[in-house]
Amino acid sequence: MTTLDSGVDSLADVTSSEDRLRRFLLGLPGVDQVGAEARAATLSTRSIKTTAKQYALDLAIQMIDLTTLEGQDTPGKVRALCAKAKRPDPADPTAPQVAAVCVYPDLVATAKRELQGTGINVASVATAFPSGRSSLAIKIQDTKDAVASGADEVDMVIDRGAFLSGRYAMVFDEIAAIREAAGDAHLKVILETGELVTYDNVRRASWLAMLAGADFIKTSTGKVSPAATLPVTLVMLEAVRDYHEATGLHIGVKPAGGIRTAKDAIKYLVTVNETAGPDWLDPELFRFGASSLLNDLLMQRTKLATGHYPGPDYFTLD
Amino acid sequence: MRKTYKLYIGGAFPRSESGRSYVVNNAKGKFLANASQASRKDARDAVVAARKAFGGWHARTAYNRGQVLYRIAEVMEGRHQQFSAEVAAGEGLSISKARAVVDASIDRWVWYAGWADKLAQVVGSSNPVAGPYFDFSLPEATGVVAVLAPQDSSLLGLTSVIAPAIVSGNTVVAVSSYERPLPAVTLGEVMATSDVPGGVVNLLTGSASEIGPWLASHDDVNAIDLCGITSDDEARDLEIAAAGNLKRVRRPAEEDWSADQGLSRLTQYLELKTVWHPIGV
Repeated sequence: MTTLDSGVDSLADVTSSEDRLRRFLLGLPGVDQVGAEARAATLSTRSIKTTAKQYALDLAIQMIDLTTLEGQDTPGKVRALCAKAKRPDPADPTAPQVAAVCVYPDLVATAKRELQGTGINVASVATAFPSGRSSLAIKIQDTKDAVASGADEVDMVIDRGAFLSGRYAMVFDEIAAIREAAGDAHLKVILETGELVTYDNVRRASWLAMLAGADFIKTSTGKVSPAATLPVTLVMLEAVRDYHEATGLHIGVKPAGGIRTAKDAIKYLVTVNETAGPDWLDPELFRFGASSLLNDLLMQRTKLATGHYPGPDYFTLD
Repeated sequence: MRKTYKLYIGGAFPRSESGRSYVVNNAKGKFLANASQASRKDARDAVVAARKAFGGWHARTAYNRGQVLYRIAEVMEGRHQQFSAEVAAGEGLSISKARAVVDASIDRWVWYAGWADKLAQVVGSSNPVAGPYFDFSLPEATGVVAVLAPQDSSLLGLTSVIAPAIVSGNTVVAVSSYERPLPAVTLGEVMATSDVPGGVVNLLTGSASEIGPWLASHDDVNAIDLCGITSDDEARDLEIAAAGNLKRVRRPAEEDWSADQGLSRLTQYLELKTVWHPIGV
C-alpha cells in the first residue's frame, strides 16, 4: 500500500512550481481516520515481555531527546540534565545513554560543554519556537545562532498559519531556507500536529517537510495539546515509509510531548516496527522528545533487573 | 440482579488486571459470590494511586481528616444491613452478633476520627533544650502503608487496621481477608461515597501470600502491616523483603479486635519531625 499514485512522474517535478506542489499535496490520498485510529489501537495491544521488553526499554532510552524547554531553564538545570543524559541511572552503569539533549538556543553552549566527547548530540529548537511567528530573517538568524553555538540538531517549527491557509510554497521555501542555514546540523521539522487538526493535513505537512529537505519530521512542540498521539505518529510513519519507497531516502520521525510511561514508549516502538519497518528501530531514525519518560523507563528496567518494584524516590528529578 | 465484586483502586472499581476471580463461600461452605482475585499488577497500580493521593490527603488539616472519617462512619451506618449480612455469612455469626460487629466497626471509625486533631498534642512534644531555641517534635505521616488485613475478622479487623493509618495522613493499600472479602468490597463502596479522596484507601481482594511479597519489596511503600499473614515463615520472609527500603513493619500477633485498640497502630505509621526555632529577642 502506498499513498503515492502512479500519476506522479518524479518527486523533483512536484517542487518545481507552487502550482504543482499544491496539486501534489492536495492530490495525496486522504487518511482513513477511523482506520488509522483502529490500527493504532490494535498495535498498542501487543504484549511485549521479558527479553523483548528489555530490548525495547534499552532502545527507547537510546532514542530519547532529553528535553527541557521552559522559560525558567537555567544553566544549572541544563548541566543537571546533561549529567543525567550521560549516566541516566547512576546505580546501574549498564543503562545506555540517551540520544540527545534538547534545549533553547541560548543554552546550547552550556549543553555542548557538558556533553563534549560523549557522543550525545545537542539539539536546539529554533525559528521562534514554539509559535514560529516571526520574520524569515529572524528565523534564519535564530538557526545560525544555534548552529554557531554548537547545536548538532536543529528543531524548527513550520508556519502553521501559512500551511493552514494553503500557502504551501511559503512553508516549503521557509523550510528550505532553514535547511540551508542549518548547514551540517540535522534538521527536524516540527509540524505541530495538534494545530493541523486533521490527519490529511498531517500527511500533507509530512510530505511537504520531507520534500523541502527535513532529516526528521517531529509531531509537536510539547506546548500545544494534544501533543503526540499514536495515530498521528502512525500517519507520519506511513509518510516516511512511502517517501523511502519513492526516493530511497530514510527520513526520521520524532513524536514529542505527552509520552510519559514505558508502556506508551513500547507501543510507539511496535508501531514503528509494523509501519515503517525495523530499519527505523534506530536512534538515527526514531526519537522520543521527552523528559519524564526516562525515569519510567529506568524504573521498568530496574524492575526487570531486581525483580521488585522500584519507587520514584530513588531516581533523580530532572 | 447478581453483583460483580470488584477491586477499589484510585477511586474507581476495576476488575483485576489479570482477569481472574475466585469463588467465595460462606462459613458453611456454600457458594456466596465470585470475587476479583487481585494480581501483583493490581497492587502496583494501587501503590501508584496511593502515592498520588498522599500529597493532598497529607496536606489536609487534621480537623478535616477527622471529619472525613466521621463521614465514613455515617455512610457505613446507612449500609448497616448489607454489612451485617456479609459479616454473618462470611464469619458464620448469628445476625444479631453480626450487627454488633458492624456497630463496633462504626464505633471504631468514630474513635479514630476523634484522634485526628488530638494526635499531635499527645505524641508530639515541646522539648527543653540548652540554647535560645524553641524545639518541637511533630508527628507526620509516613507515606504509603500496605496492609495485609486480618483473615478472620473481615470487617472489624479491616477497619481497625485501615483507620489508624489514614487518620494521620497516610494512604493505604489493603489486601482483604481471602476467604471473607465481601465486607472489604462494600467498604470500598462506602469510601467512594464519603468524601475520602480517590487513592487514599485502595482495597484489593485476593491472596495476601501472593500479593504480600510484592508489596513488602516495593520501594515506594513506606510501611507494611503483616497482620493477615498466618505463617511464621512467611512473615519472616516478608520482613526480610521489607528491609530493602527500611519499611516500618508491624509483625503479626494475636489481636483481640473487639478490645480497646490503644495507640500502637496509630503511632506505628508516623515520623517525628523535630524543628529548632530561634527565640526572638
